[in-house]
Amino acid sequence: MRRFRTETPHTRGRRFSARPLVRAPLTTRSTALHPGAWWLWALGLATAASRTTNPLLLALVIAVAGYVVAVRRTDAPWARSYAAFLRLGLLVLAIRLVFAFFLGSPVPGTHLLVELPEVPLPEWAQGVRIGGRVTVEGMVFALYDGLKLATLLVCVGAANALANPARLLKSLPGALYEAGVAVVVAMTFAPHLVADVRRLRAARRLRGRGERGLRGVVQVGLPVLEGALERSVALAAAMDARGYGRTARVPVAVRRTTTALTLGGLLGVCAGTYGLLAAQGAGFGLPVLLAGLALALAGLWLGGRRTVRTRYRPDRWGPRAWLVAASGAAVAGLMISAADALPAALAPPTVPLQAPELPLWPAAAVLLGLLPAAVAPAPAPATGPDPGPGSGSRPGSGSGSHPGSRAGSGSGTASAADTGSRTRRAGRPRGDAPSPRPGSDDGGPRRTARALRGRNDDEEHTQ
Amino acid sequence: MIHFDHVSVVYEDARQPALPTVDAHLPEGELCLLIGASGSGKSTLLGTVSGLVPHFTGGTLHGRVTVGGRDTRTHKPRELADLVGTVGQDPLAHFVTDTVEDELAYGMESLGLPAATMRRRVEETLDLLGLNDLRDRPIASLSGGQQQRVAIGSVLTPHPEVLVLDEPTSALDPPAAEEVLAVIQRLVHDLGTTVLMAEHRLERVVQYADQVLLLSPDFTARLGDPAAMLAVSPVRPPVTELGDLAGWDPLPLSVRDARRRAHGLRERLAPRIPGGGAAPATPAPSASPAPPDSVVPPDDSAPPLAETSRLGLVRGRVTALHDVSLRIRAGETVALMGRNGAGKSTLLNTLVGMHRPTSGRVTVDGRVPHRTRPAELLRHAGLVPQEPRDLLYADTVARECRTADTDAGADPGTCRALVSRLLPDIPDTAHPRDLSEGQRLALALSVILTARPPLLLLDEPTRGLDYAAKARLVTLLRELADQGHALVLATHDVELVAEIAHRVVILAQGETVADGPTHEVVTSSPAYAPQVSKILAPQPWLTVAQVREAL
Repeated sequence: MRRFRTETPHTRGRRFSARPLVRAPLTTRSTALHPGAWWLWALGLATAASRTTNPLLLALVIAVAGYVVAVRRTDAPWARSYAAFLRLGLLVLAIRLVFAFFLGSPVPGTHLLVELPEVPLPEWAQGVRIGGRVTVEGMVFALYDGLKLATLLVCVGAANALANPARLLKSLPGALYEAGVAVVVAMTFAPHLVADVRRLRAARRLRGRGERGLRGVVQVGLPVLEGALERSVALAAAMDARGYGRTARVPVAVRRTTTALTLGGLLGVCAGTYGLLAAQGAGFGLPVLLAGLALALAGLWLGGRRTVRTRYRPDRWGPRAWLVAASGAAVAGLMISAADALPAALAPPTVPLQAPELPLWPAAAVLLGLLPAAVAPAPAPATGPDPGPGSGSRPGSGSGSHPGSRAGSGSGTASAADTGSRTRRAGRPRGDAPSPRPGSDDGGPRRTARALRGRNDDEEHTQ
Repeated sequence: MIHFDHVSVVYEDARQPALPTVDAHLPEGELCLLIGASGSGKSTLLGTVSGLVPHFTGGTLHGRVTVGGRDTRTHKPRELADLVGTVGQDPLAHFVTDTVEDELAYGMESLGLPAATMRRRVEETLDLLGLNDLRDRPIASLSGGQQQRVAIGSVLTPHPEVLVLDEPTSALDPPAAEEVLAVIQRLVHDLGTTVLMAEHRLERVVQYADQVLLLSPDFTARLGDPAAMLAVSPVRPPVTELGDLAGWDPLPLSVRDARRRAHGLRERLAPRIPGGGAAPATPAPSASPAPPDSVVPPDDSAPPLAETSRLGLVRGRVTALHDVSLRIRAGETVALMGRNGAGKSTLLNTLVGMHRPTSGRVTVDGRVPHRTRPAELLRHAGLVPQEPRDLLYADTVARECRTADTDAGADPGTCRALVSRLLPDIPDTAHPRDLSEGQRLALALSVILTARPPLLLLDEPTRGLDYAAKARLVTLLRELADQGHALVLATHDVELVAEIAHRVVILAQGETVADGPTHEVVTSSPAYAPQVSKILAPQPWLTVAQVREAL
């Protein structure tokens, strides 16, 4: 730590002195954590949460996930989904409580909260109850249970906020690529649709129709759908013109083998799963399932030979990814063993009612999930307020003058500068490519800015 | 490089071909500009080069198009992807991925280039187009000019030998357009790329063209020297109009050409400068002899029709407007200029109450827009948005007009009468989406005018309009101003501003950086000066019509 401080220029030292001891690199394209690692970590936390109903442990899991998201998420659009997942979690909890209140709870209890009038139901609806006794025990049980569901949602939300979905799909095997693109396009499509609805509803206002709510949405429905259709056709044309769907010629024999392997593999997987789940035949279930999986994977691998695609800068699974994934796995593993060792502490009984206790070593295990907050690459510091469209590369808008952004570009673009010089040595593509002139691209805007300033001066003179 | 051999295209259900028979050969390393009025088949011809016509759009291709020796009849667009790079009119419709760097790599990934090559070319292209600062940015957050550069970059990385561009600068502010054109010129000069480009804003591009392919209204297609083609073209930029007026031969294509020959013209014009001297007191903003009250806007003491004072608007972490104070009087035409994203549209939207100001005040016709009910505000201020089709919901023109009458509480038939005036030969049953860009604008304008708002706001009204449609729009807007409407236009089109605006307000980063009479503001900044003013400086002429009148 001290060494770091003495090394960094004091502007940066001051800024970073509040950072934790272990300094993770800033996120750039090449240091970004593999999205799969984030998902494994989050699923590990979710697994841990699914093993307990202790509200203190669940709250701890939420806190751990929340802290990691707070320090490691970027400004990207998908990162904003976390709040939505939090709200969804609260909603689930509320629904669970409302149901428990009105539909009763199977948990017997002695502490009566209120006694609702019970709706008499016909004979065939036995087992369903509306109204009746509401006990504290029942509500507490529902609270614990709802909290568990909400925690699972929060974990998924954390993965969503931290991992770039498009990059995750890029890690799919080649044969699945085209399906992956369809999903990516669909994902970018939804925000477009929302923007369209907003724009058209704003335009309705211009025509003097101010209805808000459902009716306004319904009336713009048709134009929005038309626009969406037009856009998808335009996108399909653009993708076609850019070489989407080019395939390599594969011998007929290979194609047939691929089909056979994939079909056989899928059948094997189905049969194996059936064997595992059915009352009899568990003995042959597992081997058949494994064999089916192997066949299907071989089919995928062979099918990948038909695509000519290559991948641009795929995410690497580095030591940091191992650490992040391992921390999630450790939390899950320890919690599963804790559930065996301390069943009472992890699932505190609601009858009789008692305050839940925080079991020490399972809590310590959950804290292991904080590891990514230290080892995962940090998001680049925000470059001041987002300048919005139009002023990104303009001089004076703050990119570059902000101390944080300078630190970011300083360590972040080191690799880019390397490759830049390598590029120049490696020679030109065709003919003599123009050498990159730093600053020349700024000529236009800067000239305008000067012109604007010049004109301002003129005005002052005329006044 | 590109051979058109008796090419013609007939779409299904169409009685006549979509473009005249084209017979031309474009050699390697040339920049060829495709010109013609709207609807003359420019986009269709561009589509035949990339193979999208007819493989993707349907229709029948007659004749043969060969690109680099490959026949587009037998090669699908994806099989031409390594040879032809295409950028359509709307760059947003072109993007497949979500960040700049991925977008640049997408085409190469499809072609299966090795990872090392891809990395090298992406870095080169980032430098070539000045995009390195934006490499990790989500594409949706970029400005129009930046998006256009990314779109061009994304088709450059596979190193195509042919580049096909449909209106690459139409949506851009003048400086951003210069950036994009500089890049295109560099590709032609340094890499020997063949470029085929269609563009309505000829004043921006014609000087860079080596050849011009003209699709003329008499249904012929001719390829030739730019000056010769412009002499017979139905569409031409002001510089060529001025050359034609002055009788220069060959016609000038660039401001530089024209300035060299303009000495005599300047001498002839010197005694005729309105008001005499180099600083005219009353520059006629409208070329036709307009009634005096529209030339000189009503005196300052009259209460303004719309006013903003120290208006500020913050959305999220973005300051969209900052301390904007503006007074707009009845009968006045104000042009809002400034780069993409400078806050022009936001200001217009605030004037019709779509945004609630964070600070400051805004009043329109004595009302606070965001607190006025839309149905009432309609009669005080009307906005034609950038995309006029957003205003149109109905499936026929007649139904659209009927709802407009009801919305505005106007007499039945008011809107239809306006439409008939603007678009004399439009049938009642036409679907608004089938109209051309100019027709759609006229329909949306009629819908808004039905309520007779004294304040009329137009966002980018000339995008996608050819010169003829633009001339009709100018006539109409002048009439409206004469009738006492206040007009505010947000536009990048300096020639339009020179023709009709009394006053120009330039916005930058949400602040007003200039506000003054048109002739003063536009002539003092090279990026915003119209061509005629550049040629005849220091004399204060702005448009060809003014010069024609003076002579």
